[in-house]
Amino acid sequence: MSTDNVTFTSAGSDEADSYAGSYDTTDGRIYTVSGGDWDTIAGAPEGEHDRIVVNMGPQHPSTHGVLRLILEIDGETVTEARAGIGYLHTGIEKNMEFRSWVQGVTFVTRMDYLTPMYNEAAYCLAVEKALGVTDQIPERANVIRVMMMELNRISSHLVALATGGMELGALTAMEFGFRERELVLDIFEMVSGLRMNSAYIRPGGVAQDLPVDGAQKIRETIPLLRKRLKDTADLLVDNSIWMGRTVDIGYLDLAGCMALGITGPVLRATGLPHDLRKSQPYCGYENYEFDVITKTTADVYGRFLIRIEEMEQSLRIVEQALDKLAPGPVMIEDKKIAWPAQLSIGSDGQGNSPEHIKEIMSESMEALIHHFKLVTEGFRVPAGQVYAAVESPKGELGCHIVSSGGTRPYRVHFRDPSFTNLQSVAAMCEGSMISDVIAAVASIDPVMGGVDR
Amino acid sequence: MTEAERAIVPQGIEELEIIGVRHGSFGTSAGGDTSGFGGLVEPIVMPAPARRPFGGWFDEISDELELSLQAAGLPATDAIEKVVIYRDEITYHVRREHLIAFATVLRDEPGLRFEMCLGVNGVHYPGETGRELHAVYHFLSITHNRRIRLEVSVPEGDAVIPSLYAVYPTCDWHERETWDFFGIVFDGHPALTRIMMPDDWPGHPQRKDYPLGGIPVEYKGGTIPPPDQRRSYN
Repeated sequence: MSTDNVTFTSAGSDEADSYAGSYDTTDGRIYTVSGGDWDTIAGAPEGEHDRIVVNMGPQHPSTHGVLRLILEIDGETVTEARAGIGYLHTGIEKNMEFRSWVQGVTFVTRMDYLTPMYNEAAYCLAVEKALGVTDQIPERANVIRVMMMELNRISSHLVALATGGMELGALTAMEFGFRERELVLDIFEMVSGLRMNSAYIRPGGVAQDLPVDGAQKIRETIPLLRKRLKDTADLLVDNSIWMGRTVDIGYLDLAGCMALGITGPVLRATGLPHDLRKSQPYCGYENYEFDVITKTTADVYGRFLIRIEEMEQSLRIVEQALDKLAPGPVMIEDKKIAWPAQLSIGSDGQGNSPEHIKEIMSESMEALIHHFKLVTEGFRVPAGQVYAAVESPKGELGCHIVSSGGTRPYRVHFRDPSFTNLQSVAAMCEGSMISDVIAAVASIDPVMGGVDR
Repeated sequence: MTEAERAIVPQGIEELEIIGVRHGSFGTSAGGDTSGFGGLVEPIVMPAPARRPFGGWFDEISDELELSLQAAGLPATDAIEKVVIYRDEITYHVRREHLIAFATVLRDEPGLRFEMCLGVNGVHYPGETGRELHAVYHFLSITHNRRIRLEVSVPEGDAVIPSLYAVYPTCDWHERETWDFFGIVFDGHPALTRIMMPDDWPGHPQRKDYPLGGIPVEYKGGTIPPPDQRRSYN
């Protein structure tokens, strides 16, 4: 590219306009453009504007959160695509090294904020593995975990459909998706007290048992959810406008997925039935009947269909979990690990239950000691490292923890599926239209809280 | 670790991976602590290397690995420093100069077939002189439904590890993240730039000598120090 005889015809000289200036580099003259009339800005001679780099995001409604896409375009065609991330980095992994093992749950639940149950489950499974107590987790706790995780899968997939639909212009799908998600969040609120970031799954079990009529309420919600999910699906499945935007878009085949480490619906859309719930079951998933949904189209539409059908399978699992729900403890029996208190709502708000306070204050000295030690100091995890993974709605969510034998993690690292899957943006989008980038990114369903952690 | 501190390690335990020494139960080193807990001294010992037979499929995979490495002209004893088995997980400590050959064998050998690399992350052990920085790789074989872990240790002053980008392209962002947070240079990576922190950020935040940061918070007359300066129960 020649840098001679450049005329820049926007507002006067380059120096005068700090927002649309130009400067020379070894690759030629670079124009920085931010708004204005394209005809006047692009007034540089032919050959001068043959490389146009567009920043999409980080503040762009259709980039799924603070994701920055750096697109090099030729007309409407994307010739190179790069993703810039890190705008939501909050240092969760570092912070966890300064808190007790139990406190870590409240951090990890905020990573991928659409799948808090999975973050908690992956972390707790890893901690339990490091403690060597995986077999001692009560049956009821495992059933509740599975139930909450599958409900969370529905809410996460609904947001994927809702935001994906919105980004492609299907606003009704968004309204339906977020409305149906409320049904699931209401259940979360009833069970854990919080709609999101619930810190419900804890090392050793779950924070507290279901409310008295909890199982009944969940059972009552399922038919409504099933009907509404069908309505949402009917909006888009076989919808010619939706298919026009999604079929054969964002193609990524099996070899590409393997090389890039892609898991979840994107991988299953290539026809490989890889699902950790089947291949390496945890929390008793081997006792549930469900199908692993696969498609062979490897495109955005295939991933969309997988999410639709997986929600149906999740409802099946929730129903089975409700049937399995037998009375019993929801926290490990080992008093050196089990969080001692149960919360209840009194006249002065939420707090430790009166029975527990009575027990530690006037009945059992051991209970008081355990309560004090666990709350102030926390339990110790033997030195060593473990890795535990769960099949989150987005793919394999892995948790690698290293303990030095103390009451705090020595190092915690999450292999977040959104982070890894987002690497495929270039493979999916290069050579396609700009509008297809939106569809492709939506089909990956990245959540930046999980990507950046 | 000084010689005086080393003396508290029981006889014969030297071959273990001792990553540091823990003092006291309340993290006190001086001051008004009269509880006596401050005098407690205990070595931090990571799980010991395993010896054959490992049990289960660990032997099978290790045999396969040794044969495959041999066929690739790389004796297993050269490549593998040690093998640690802990909580039903196998960890191969690999010398960095053989990492790429090792990973290629893992990917290509039909009996191993680890199709998927689950990325790399770092761990900083400032107490382990000469091998302060560890890079930990996790692999998944969908064909055989197995998981293994590789660990590569490098000194802080020469923190260079060959990049696995060419073998497993998924390592692209994972290696950038590990560079960003730990300052491990992945030699051969096409664009090893910071990924989470701003480009001009000084330091590598996940290292143990990098402070957490934070300010004291005042509430109703009391002052709560930032998390990394609070009394800790180590």
